[in-house]
Amino acid sequence: MATKTLMKGNEAIVKGAIAAGCRGFFGYPITPQNEIPEYMSSLMPKAGGVFVQAESEVASINMVYGAACTGTRVMTTSSSPGISLMQEGISYIAGAELPAVIVNVQRGGPGLGNIAVGQADYFQAVKGGGHGDYKLLTLAPWSVSECYHLTALAFDLADKYRNPVMVLADAILGQMIETIEVPDKIETYIPPKPWATTGRKNRDKNIINSLWIVPQVLEELNLKLQAKYALMIEHEVRYDEYKVEDADLVLVAYGTTSRLCKTVVDMARKEGLNVGLFRPISLFPFPSIPLEGLAERGKKLLVVEMSHGQMVEDVRLSVNGKTSVGFYGRSGGMVPTPSEILNQVRDTLNGGSSCSCCCRTRSEEVSR
Amino acid sequence: MHQEIIMAGSGGQGVMVMGQLLAHAAVIEDKNVVWFPSYGPESRGGSADCTVIVSTDQIGSPMTENPDTLIAMNQIPLNKFVASVKREGVIVINSSLAEVPKDRSDCRIISVPANDIAVELGNLKIANMVMLGAFVELLRPVKLESVFLALRNVLPPHRHNLLPLNEQALKRGAELAG
Repeated sequence: MATKTLMKGNEAIVKGAIAAGCRGFFGYPITPQNEIPEYMSSLMPKAGGVFVQAESEVASINMVYGAACTGTRVMTTSSSPGISLMQEGISYIAGAELPAVIVNVQRGGPGLGNIAVGQADYFQAVKGGGHGDYKLLTLAPWSVSECYHLTALAFDLADKYRNPVMVLADAILGQMIETIEVPDKIETYIPPKPWATTGRKNRDKNIINSLWIVPQVLEELNLKLQAKYALMIEHEVRYDEYKVEDADLVLVAYGTTSRLCKTVVDMARKEGLNVGLFRPISLFPFPSIPLEGLAERGKKLLVVEMSHGQMVEDVRLSVNGKTSVGFYGRSGGMVPTPSEILNQVRDTLNGGSSCSCCCRTRSEEVSR
Repeated sequence: MHQEIIMAGSGGQGVMVMGQLLAHAAVIEDKNVVWFPSYGPESRGGSADCTVIVSTDQIGSPMTENPDTLIAMNQIPLNKFVASVKREGVIVINSSLAEVPKDRSDCRIISVPANDIAVELGNLKIANMVMLGAFVELLRPVKLESVFLALRNVLPPHRHNLLPLNEQALKRGAELAG
């Protein structure tokens, strides 16, 4: 059974986390994700968990680090500048192989930027962010419903791989209210955690650490991590397609931008243009193979982001020159409108590559 | 069915509530709906607007460039959004506080003296419900009965004494549009 109701994206993140058994939240306020700690402060104690408003983002992530050692499902949430402050802690959590969930409700950057929407933290999320050779499993919702379900899934994946998982949302997803079917109960699996520091009693002591002084030992850890990331690439690729079957041009977008692009697909189809949408849901692991498949079937790609081109690099790596990959982006809190994107679609289908709507536009063609 | 609406006014005129009430009514009718607020470093008395999209299909963009309908609670937001309304769209204006736009003869323009009616009903705060009643009656994104039901869900029980007043205001608006 499920109840159809209305919910804000930020609220859905909280409800999904608690339904998945999250029992520790540590955070520091920042717009546009403030509803998350607000709801958490009221719902987490009722669920028997712990809510702490930390003194800073640096403190929050280190509280997550400590609490994750106990095997409890824990999370923190923030928005772009706050996530930047957490990077050292995230690297430690990845190095110590601890499960934890981090939500980034992205806003305009760089710097303090603004509180409007942005998608310019893609590189930070999927290419490291902190120091060292680590990866975050990264999930990108496109609706309030996915804010709920992907946050819940994030906890299962974090436990499965003993790795931090990031949910990469944005200000519009956080702030909008939308229809959602909330299940009475969700399927979630919390595995045994024999590694957790829960009091030694009669077992051997568990030590959780990210400091390995001997180079050979640290390289072994790195190889173990790499093997884990390879498993993620094999098993955790997630994506969605809309009308790609007969498409000549496929838009590639994630998060709020993919919602805009779905509207563009419908507008283009009304004009008789065969356009589709490919939406990565897991940003790491990136859905490279299905994208390569689209390229091999001769489809042109046009990547749309609220940044000046970050995910487009992964798309180009995926298709490896097998098709042309165009790009259109807006930034700083500006949202590309469906008609702007449609202009770009027409232009790309006509073989053009120049700016067709405004000076902020960047359109590029890479083909071999 | 797919309708895109911008509701705009000044902080305190109840545009966010008006939008959320419509959204709740759409859920009652098993329709898809998205509500998105303007937000920023806003202050009391500053501009306030929200977008509501009601559809029987899956909703793509949560924002609209060219709404089917603009509901303007006063002159300032009317001036701000009037040009964006799609060709031959609908503009519902609070004629107590705004003048009929001259350059949108393509649109259907409904003048609702919402503040005057609200004062007649004994509570100025109810002007938003008069506007919503007129809009719902005219464009039927949802049934008026669903808005009544939604009111019961949205208003906390200790405010249910205000249900008759709200319903009356919705009906007065509906009569004007009918």
